[in-house]
Amino acid sequence: MLVLILSVSLSLSLIACGNSNQNNQEESAKQHDHSAMSHEADHSMPTGSEMSMDENKSMTDLIDDYLALKTALVQDDSKAAANAGQKLAEATSGLDISTFDAPKQAVIKEILEVLKEHGEHIAKSEIAHQREHFEGMTKDFMDLLAQVGTDRTLYKQYCPMYNKGNGGSWLSASQEIKNPLFGSKMLTCGSVKETISMK
Amino acid sequence: MRKWHRVALGVLFIVLVGIQFVPVQRNEIEPVTNADFIEHYESPVVIGNIIRASCYDCHSNQTKYPWYSNVQPIGFLLQNHISEGKSELNLSEFGLLSNRMKRTKLKSILSQIDNDKMPMPSYLFLHSEAKLDSLKKTLLVSYFDSILVDIDR
Repeated sequence: MLVLILSVSLSLSLIACGNSNQNNQEESAKQHDHSAMSHEADHSMPTGSEMSMDENKSMTDLIDDYLALKTALVQDDSKAAANAGQKLAEATSGLDISTFDAPKQAVIKEILEVLKEHGEHIAKSEIAHQREHFEGMTKDFMDLLAQVGTDRTLYKQYCPMYNKGNGGSWLSASQEIKNPLFGSKMLTCGSVKETISMK
Repeated sequence: MRKWHRVALGVLFIVLVGIQFVPVQRNEIEPVTNADFIEHYESPVVIGNIIRASCYDCHSNQTKYPWYSNVQPIGFLLQNHISEGKSELNLSEFGLLSNRMKRTKLKSILSQIDNDKMPMPSYLFLHSEAKLDSLKKTLLVSYFDSILVDIDR
């Protein structure tokens, strides 16, 4: 007992010593890098050389990943959605934009940054949150298509009931409505609002 | 008291004392720049105070540390928590983001507040002053909404 009392009083008296004021921004940045890296390592994907080679290939990957995400959400499959989100986040760095002029590159870079952010969140969230990010990224994804074009016809579809009646949009490769924002709860809510075609 | 009890307590004591001397990062980076959310948008004082009290401990470069942050291992845990919060959203650097990213972050902020996901319940347990009652919540939501509209314009 004596030892216990002694140890408690001693550690209390030492509390003040633990206080060290270090304002080291670099260190905290390093920590971020580290967490990002280990995160990527968890989901190692066969990305890399072949992806950055061909611009069209990368855009195809991005559209494939977006549509895989859409399909996963239609099927209420949170795990598949997480995988697709992760792949999409990784594919954003594979897009070669060097052929565009500088202002356009800047716009595309900002879009890719945001898509990456959405993809990363989808990779680690539960399904309601995944849907929120998926809906949020659709506008950005359309902006990207407007900049770099599409390799297939896509349909913008809209369901007015999503988000407490504020509505929500998504892209689909077919005209048939399969709602990714509600999944099995309301699979057919929605209509085609816009067609995005190859130029 | 058995002998091994005494040995175990002794070891625990030495470890507890020892870790008090391990230096811990402090998230108190000066100066506050124009990229700081409240500075950047010249937020009204009332709004700025709510944001500071409810968000800034984990989402800015200026944490207001409680006294127990000086006791280890609590301080380490807090530091982890803070760097995680800042990697999601650092309001001290909000002004540096692209408009597109600002919109994205603001939408997430709005959704988190609206769904009572933030501030986190575990944080509110020890920081009752950070709690967003319905008035504060309404104020913040309409304020962040107005900023979102401004960016879109």
